[in-house]
Amino acid sequence: MRLITHNMLQCHVKACPPGQSYPLQIRNAELEALDAEFNADFVRRLIPKLDWKVLRSTAFELGVAQLPEECPAEPTEDDLQMIHKVALQTRVKEAEMVCSGCGHVYPIKDGVPNMLLQDHEI
Amino acid sequence: MSRPEHTAPPEIFYNEDEATKYTSNSRIISIQNEMAWRALELLALPEDEVAFVLDIGCGSGLSGEVLEEEGHVWVGMDISDSMLEVAKEREVDGDLFLQDIGQGVGFRAGTFDGAISISVIQWLCNADKTVNNPRSRLKRFFSTLYSSLARGARAVFQFYPENPEQIEMIISSAMKAGFTGGLVVDFPNSSKAKKYYLCLFAGYKDNAKDSPALPKALGEGDEGVQVNYASKRVHTRRKEPVDRKAVKDKKWVQHKKELNRARGKDTPLDSKYTARKRRTKF
Ligand SMILES: C[S@@+](CC[C@H](N)C(=O)[O-])C[C@H]1O[C@@H](n2cnc3c(N)ncnc32)[C@H](O)[C@@H]1O
Ligand SMILES: [Zn+2]
Repeated sequence: MRLITHNMLQCHVKACPPGQSYPLQIRNAELEALDAEFNADFVRRLIPKLDWKVLRSTAFELGVAQLPEECPAEPTEDDLQMIHKVALQTRVKEAEMVCSGCGHVYPIKDGVPNMLLQDHEI
Repeated sequence: MSRPEHTAPPEIFYNEDEATKYTSNSRIISIQNEMAWRALELLALPEDEVAFVLDIGCGSGLSGEVLEEEGHVWVGMDISDSMLEVAKEREVDGDLFLQDIGQGVGFRAGTFDGAISISVIQWLCNADKTVNNPRSRLKRFFSTLYSSLARGARAVFQFYPENPEQIEMIISSAMKAGFTGGLVVDFPNSSKAKKYYLCLFAGYKDNAKDSPALPKALGEGDEGVQVNYASKRVHTRRKEPVDRKAVKDKKWVQHKKELNRARGKDTPLDSKYTARKRRTKF
């Protein structure tokens, strides 16, 4: 799972308290760098969809990059490259994702998060 | 022929054996590829733009490969870890999730520019466990999918309905979740080529009259030249050669080109790069 996807992902346990199902906290992560083609236009259109605070804190906690406090209002090519590197070229290989709303733990194995829920969670 | 949905739950049916057989059968590969192309065409994404797309029931990545071929960034989910295992071996670019779509899809509002699903949702119509009530699973699936899609985005499902009641149940669940759209049946008069595509539009919950018209089906009288999708993207080769098992053999690409020519679309002339992995240029 790349960080772009983590930035969009929320807990889908049915009774998860509204407003607390995002973001999922990444613990014990093992990361992998990917080689993905850079598309400035895609990244530019991605920016308004990103939760910048979450991207920033995730990148910081995982030790990937130190992103600026605010997302650059008029991003330069370098800014776009930096976002590309964090969001599209960083992959979580092994980890646990913990929901702070309901406590559900989603394990990530070999890059694939297990999102399966128990019967009482649906 | 018995329907696989009747034999076992999907995560059991698509075991290691079946996942390997499935992904090495050239007939299956070309059929799944072709349906994924058609779904992508019906998705009508803006031309020349890389989109963020969800592949629902991505399996071993046969449908996702088509998204890659067009340069899109994708996320796939599937309930069968054996199918996902094959997808990993084949080094697909998409992010994979082990997930039961009947339990809902959990993405923030407006995440995806579009979603495709090839040969999957008929599985939701079967209750394999007592807790798996088809109607409530369809409801949970469509309502969470609806909010995961950007306004104006589409979701296209190729599926194999067992009977008219199933079609009714699926469409009404989708409409209740807020989608507009409907069913496009390609080649309705051919028992072999007939294919069902459920085309759903997100974002017209409160203004259904602004919802786009359904795309025209293929093979009913005039060929579907109205559905215009010939990609004008400029392609380059991938920077490094990728070591993966070929999904589309050269024959299949030829076939697709012929199909497109028959539909009156522009297709690139055959070149020596045909059937090689390509990436979008910007
Ligand atoms: C015929 S395969 C299609 C795979 C892929 N879309 C393709 O075109 O090759 C059907 C897939 O649907 C998946 N599936 C069935 N029910 C599912 C569910 N409830 N949630 C997620 N995936 C499911 C199966 O595991 C299987 O991989
Ligand atoms: Zn939760």
